[in-house]
Amino acid sequence: MTIGNDPQEKFAAYAHPERLVSTQWLEQHLGAEGLVVLESDEDVLLYETGHIPGALKIDWHSELNDEVTRDYVDGAGFAALMSAKGISRGTTVVIYGDKSNWWAAYALWVFALFGHEDVRLLDGGRDKWIAENRALTTDRPAVSPADYPVVERNDAPVRAYLGDVLGHFGNPLIDVRSPDEYTGVRTHMPAYPEEGAMRGGHIPTAASVPWGRAAAEDGTFRPREELDAIYRDEAGLRTGDDVVAYCRIGERSSHTWFVLAYLLGFDKVRNYDGSWTEWGNAVRVPIVKGTERGSAPARANAVSGS
Amino acid sequence: MTDETLPRQLAEIVDDFQDLTEPDRLQLLLDFSRGLPELPARLKEHPELLEQVVECQSPLFLSLEIGEAPERPVHLFFSAPPEAPTTRGFAGVLLEGLDGLPAAKILAVPDDVPDRLGLTRAITPLRMRGMTAMLGKIKRKIRESDG
Repeated sequence: MTIGNDPQEKFAAYAHPERLVSTQWLEQHLGAEGLVVLESDEDVLLYETGHIPGALKIDWHSELNDEVTRDYVDGAGFAALMSAKGISRGTTVVIYGDKSNWWAAYALWVFALFGHEDVRLLDGGRDKWIAENRALTTDRPAVSPADYPVVERNDAPVRAYLGDVLGHFGNPLIDVRSPDEYTGVRTHMPAYPEEGAMRGGHIPTAASVPWGRAAAEDGTFRPREELDAIYRDEAGLRTGDDVVAYCRIGERSSHTWFVLAYLLGFDKVRNYDGSWTEWGNAVRVPIVKGTERGSAPARANAVSGS
Repeated sequence: MTDETLPRQLAEIVDDFQDLTEPDRLQLLLDFSRGLPELPARLKEHPELLEQVVECQSPLFLSLEIGEAPERPVHLFFSAPPEAPTTRGFAGVLLEGLDGLPAAKILAVPDDVPDRLGLTRAITPLRMRGMTAMLGKIKRKIRESDG
């Protein structure tokens, strides 16, 4: 890595402290050679209202998703995107965003599909930076295009498909949606009806841990021991587990994926980005309603297409 | 380019957007977002008079005041937080484009007006649905009040 890590004590307790930087660290390193800062928000205009000086915008919907297929950009598309943002393969990328880094974590997860080595989150994201009265600007930085190689996307280590999840029973699943979505009272998230599903409930055996529990009031990640209490003691995850996290379209579960993979150090964590908009609309997949986790179906392989 | 079926004040906004390049259209939407007025005190003190448009990604509250027949002029009031500039921008366009018009004219506005702003590519269809939902909600509330 070309740029050193943030030596903060809180981060040192995490499995991969190199994945986080503090607002203070970022402020001190703004403009450093080999560093690119990206803002990833839910609201497509939020960056334009003011952003961290030198930061570039990355839009999850129009830039990271394929325009036609429900998929992410391919290797050539990612290389073109990185090049346009002045990012080369060795660049240190720091991503931050709104809503406790919900969409920043999603962008970071897409970077992981392409194996970009040094990509970090700003702990606390946009809100913390603003709350601390740090500088904002509406100036758009000038970018010199960089060379970025076409790297084939490698989904398997971090992305689970429907068939993978059907074959996953017996291993832990984490449902990161709101309690009403988990129990099946709601078939869509409050305020997101266009991402609804035909059926409500959860994937059998999934533990309910709403994604936002990993974040403190100020949007920063909770300290290591609090995260251990939530995911190990409460949800029952154990070292060595093979974990799949899911939500509605895979963005909230990217946040949980980040926590499990980089803060708690689970080696095998995948995000099921089809999530409930796929599962809740798929034919003959098992579903459990209510607060109980439910038991693994005896014959999940009865479903075609898996 | 001006469409005869659109009220003039709305048609002008559509033309303004259409005359710009894509990045400038976003900037114009941001200007609408910044220009969205605060709620009048009578609504601030009575948040129960506001209704949430749940189809929007960020919380948007809307209230209508409809005047006397036969014109029944409609006044619109919107509220959305500053961290939701896109939602505020949509609200600003509808406010400037529709406020003060007779109820019948608003009901006659085509449902696809949001698509005519030329923002769909930059903002994505998913997000444009928020604005379509806002227009739908306004029309629904006018119809509900119709006796």
